[in-house]
Amino acid sequence: MERIPRDSRNADNELRLKKLLLQGLDGDATAYHAFLKELSPYLRGFFRRRLFQWPDEVEDLVQETLLAVHNQRHTYRMDQPLTPWVHAIARYKLMDLLRARMSHEALNDPLDDELEVFGVSDADAADARRDLGRLLARLPDRQRLPIVHVKLEGLSVVEVAQMTGMSESAVKIGVHRGLKALAARIKGSL
Amino acid sequence: MNTDELVSLLAANAAPVDRHAVSRRLGLALAWGSLGAALLLALAFGVRADLGQMPLVPMFWLKLAFPACLAAAGLVAVARLSRPGMRPGGVWAGLGLPVLLVWLMAGQALVNATPAQRPALVFGTTWASCPFGIALLSVPAFVALFWAMKGLAPTRPALAGAGAGLLAGAVGAFAYAFHCTEMTAPFLAVWYLAGMALPAMAGALLGPRLLRW
Repeated sequence: MERIPRDSRNADNELRLKKLLLQGLDGDATAYHAFLKELSPYLRGFFRRRLFQWPDEVEDLVQETLLAVHNQRHTYRMDQPLTPWVHAIARYKLMDLLRARMSHEALNDPLDDELEVFGVSDADAADARRDLGRLLARLPDRQRLPIVHVKLEGLSVVEVAQMTGMSESAVKIGVHRGLKALAARIKGSL
Repeated sequence: MNTDELVSLLAANAAPVDRHAVSRRLGLALAWGSLGAALLLALAFGVRADLGQMPLVPMFWLKLAFPACLAAAGLVAVARLSRPGMRPGGVWAGLGLPVLLVWLMAGQALVNATPAQRPALVFGTTWASCPFGIALLSVPAFVALFWAMKGLAPTRPALAGAGAGLLAGAVGAFAYAFHCTEMTAPFLAVWYLAGMALPAMAGALLGPRLLRW
């Protein structure tokens, strides 16, 4: 069922981002990159307003949410509006953080802020406190190498397989499990 | 690592996604769970001796249809609850309707019986073991569904766990109907429902613990 957006600007943002995501899900890496890059400032704005007590946590939460969006992108349904999906993920990670920081605060959650996800764009990226690079470095080789090689050198799965001596499916599984392990380590370091 | 670097890392590692990933995962879990229930049924209980005559008995089909309808609605609920931001919506009607119908049938049977006959209609002979038998047969599906949901993204883990538990319970009840010899609607309305409620409650409790992502 289509929601009627209160703000037409939110609707335009939603449409543009949804299109990029769908292209990305089909395998268009450039569109997916653009999607994640455009999503970041919205997440940042959304979290900054809700984490006014802990401004240092904002960038970490943005990164954690981006990782979650990536790891769970297979749960997005094409005919579903994008806003509730992103909002649910953002809110889930926000609640985790609030639960870890202060169990009381988690109960004070504004109910009707779903449509605000694409409302405020905050492009001013602070430094993240938690270094994902260090967490990544601590993954086992079979997970870290495929991720790093595909990213650093833009190699294909076949090329990475040849270079590392792993089979192609091991490379794919390494990326998949490695990014999930990274997300789990973030939770562990909370 | 700053956020821009993370974004390029993720974009570089993005393979195309299977459109039906969620249904495939859940469907597979349901298949394995059903197989497990059938195996457990054969090993632990065995099918009823007069199974060959059952296809002619309408109540036998009711005993299968009741959990089957709940399983269908439960699957829809679980699929929606496994995705962030999707509300279960009208599924509550799909779950409530079979229960309501069976209760109406049970009520009618009780009204039509004499007061002396009513306890037998409700309790039968196996009322104490039936719910636990159903709960036992639901274990394979419970495990399989929780495994499936761990690879998905339920944002309401207690509700998702309860849904998975109910679905597993329905699978268990369906299998159990091949063993159980009770043939009254009141029995069905109380004890089969209890048997399905047990894994649902277990799912609600275990969901927040096990379904994190």
